[in-house]
Amino acid sequence: MIVSRREAWLGRALLVLLMAVTVVPFISLFVTALHKPGTYPSGLAWPETPYWSNFVDAFQAADMWALLWSSFLIELGVVPAALLIATLAGFSLGHLRPPGHRWIFLAFVLGLTLPFQAIIVPLYYQMRDMQLLNTRWAIILPLLGLYMPFAVMWMRAHFVTMPPDLSEAARIDGANTWKLFTRVHVPLSRPALSSLGILMFLWTWNQFLLAVVLVDDPKNRTMAGALGAFQGQWGTDIPLLCAGSLLILTPTLLVFLAFQRQFVSALMQGALKG
Amino acid sequence: MTQMRTTGAPGRREVAAQASTSLEARRRALKARRLRRGWAALGLVVPAAFFYVLFVLRPLVLTVQYSFYDWNGVGASTFVGAENYTRLVEKPELLGSIVNALELIIYFSFVPVILGLLTAATIRKFAASRLALLSRTVLFLPQVIPLVAAGIMWTWMLATDGVVNELMRAVGLGSVTRAWLGDTSTALGAVGVIGAWVALGLCLLLLLSGMTKIDPALFEAARIDGAGAVREFFAITLPSVRQEIGVCVTVTVIAALAAFDIVYISTQGGPANSTLVPGLEIYYLGFFSREVGQASALAVVFMALVLAVVLPIQRLTKEED
Repeated sequence: MIVSRREAWLGRALLVLLMAVTVVPFISLFVTALHKPGTYPSGLAWPETPYWSNFVDAFQAADMWALLWSSFLIELGVVPAALLIATLAGFSLGHLRPPGHRWIFLAFVLGLTLPFQAIIVPLYYQMRDMQLLNTRWAIILPLLGLYMPFAVMWMRAHFVTMPPDLSEAARIDGANTWKLFTRVHVPLSRPALSSLGILMFLWTWNQFLLAVVLVDDPKNRTMAGALGAFQGQWGTDIPLLCAGSLLILTPTLLVFLAFQRQFVSALMQGALKG
Repeated sequence: MTQMRTTGAPGRREVAAQASTSLEARRRALKARRLRRGWAALGLVVPAAFFYVLFVLRPLVLTVQYSFYDWNGVGASTFVGAENYTRLVEKPELLGSIVNALELIIYFSFVPVILGLLTAATIRKFAASRLALLSRTVLFLPQVIPLVAAGIMWTWMLATDGVVNELMRAVGLGSVTRAWLGDTSTALGAVGVIGAWVALGLCLLLLLSGMTKIDPALFEAARIDGAGAVREFFAITLPSVRQEIGVCVTVTVIAALAAFDIVYISTQGGPANSTLVPGLEIYYLGFFSREVGQASALAVVFMALVLAVVLPIQRLTKEED
C-alpha cells in the first residue's frame, strides 16, 4: 500500500497547487489594490502603508450604487421572464407534444452553439430602429431571445421525464391545461427552475458584449459591462483599477459563497446539458 | 353510455343506431378536443418563439443578407455579390483571426481537459475528503466571476512587474521575463493561459464526478491483475469518462472559438494582430471601420467554423454512448 499512499500525497499536493493557482490572481488583485494610487507596485508585495481608502475612492469613481441598481434592474427584466416563457415552451414541447413539436424544438436547438458576436451587427441596427439603444431594454430583450435555445432545451428535458399518467389523473380531476401547468407541473419543476435561474442570473450579470455594443452609458449596463468601462477609464492607475475590479467582483462572490452548493450543481448540470 | 342507460329500455335496433351516432359524436368531440389542446399547446410556445425569432433568427438571416452588400451602416448599400467573402482570404488579418481562434483551442480546451484528467485521476481516491470538497468551491471561482474580471486580473499578473515575472525571477528564470501580453511571440499563449485558468476548475470537477461513478471493483481487479497507475488510467479511467470528456471539450472549444471578453480586455487583439480573434474582428469591422458587409461575411464564416468544429465532437461522444 506504499504506492497508493504516495499517490494520495501526490494528489493532495496537486490539488493544493491548483487551488493556489486559482486563488493567487485574486490575492494579487487585493494586495495591489492597497498600494498608493498612481504607483506601479510589484507582484505580491504587501504595501508599507495599506491605502484602504482606495476602496472608498473606487466605490465613488465607479458609482457603485448606480451600477448595482442597473444590474439589478436588468436581472429583474431578464430572469423571471426568461424562466416563465422557457417553462411554458418546455412544458408544451416536452409534455403536451403538439403536432410539429419536433420541428419547433429543432429550430430552437439550431441556436445552441451560436456565439453572440455572430449576430451583434444586425442586432445593433435592429435596436437602433426600435430606438432602444442606450437603454437597458437593449440588453434585456435580446438576452430573452438568446437564452431561449438553452432554456427551452433545459426545460423540455425536464418535462420529457414527467410521467403522462400524472397529467391524465389531473385531467380526470377536471384540470384544464393551464391548471395542469400551474398546479401540478410548476411545483414539481422547482429544482430544474432554480438551477436554470442561477445560470441565467450569472450569465446576465457577466454579459459583456451586448452591454458594450448596445449601451454607451456604464450606468445602464450590466456589472461586467460597467467593469469594462471602468478599466477604460482608470486603466493607468493600477491600484485604483484593482480596487474597483474587486468591488465590482464582490457581489458575485458573495452570492456564490452564500449559495455555493446550488451554484456548483447548476454549473455542473449546465455544462452537461449544454 | 350513461345517456343510453337513462333512456329506459329501447328496442335492439334503436340501441345500435344510438350507439353508432354517439360513438361518432364522441370521436368527433375527442378529435376536436385534441385539436383544441394541440392549438393551446402550440400557443404556449409562442412567447419563447417570439423572442427567439425576433432577436436571434431575424438577425441571423440579416447577417447573411448584409454579407452580400457593401454598407457603412448609414448611407445606401450596394450589392457586391461574394466579394466580401473573397476578401476574407485576401486580407491577412481576417484569415489570421480564424487561425488564432483555432490555436486558442489548444490553450482553452486541450490544456484544461488533459490537466483536469490527470489531476482527477490522481485525486479520485479522496474525492470525498474535506480538501476535495473545499476545492469544489475554490476551483469554481473563475467560472463565477465575469471574464472581464479574469482579464483584468491576469493582465496585471502577466505584466512586467506582475506575479508571473516575479516568480520567474525568484527561481532564476529572470532572463525570460517579459511583458507576456505585449510580445507578439507570447501574447496569444498568454491569452490562452487566462482561458485555461477559467476552464480548469469546471473540467476537473466534471471529470472527477464522472470518475467517482466508476465501480471501485474495476480498479481493484486491475490492481490484482498487476496494472500500475498508468495502465489503470488508460484501461479503466479514460474509457469510463468518455462522455464527460466530450462535454468538457465541447464547452471549452466553443469558449475558445467565441473568445471575446478576455481578448478585448487584455490585448484588444494586439500586438500586431497576434491575438486577433473573429469575434473581436467582427466588432471592429462592424462598429469602428463601419464595414458592415465585411463584418457580416466574417460572422457567417465564423458560425460555419463553430458548427464545423463542434458538431463532429458532439457526434463522436453521442455514438460512443
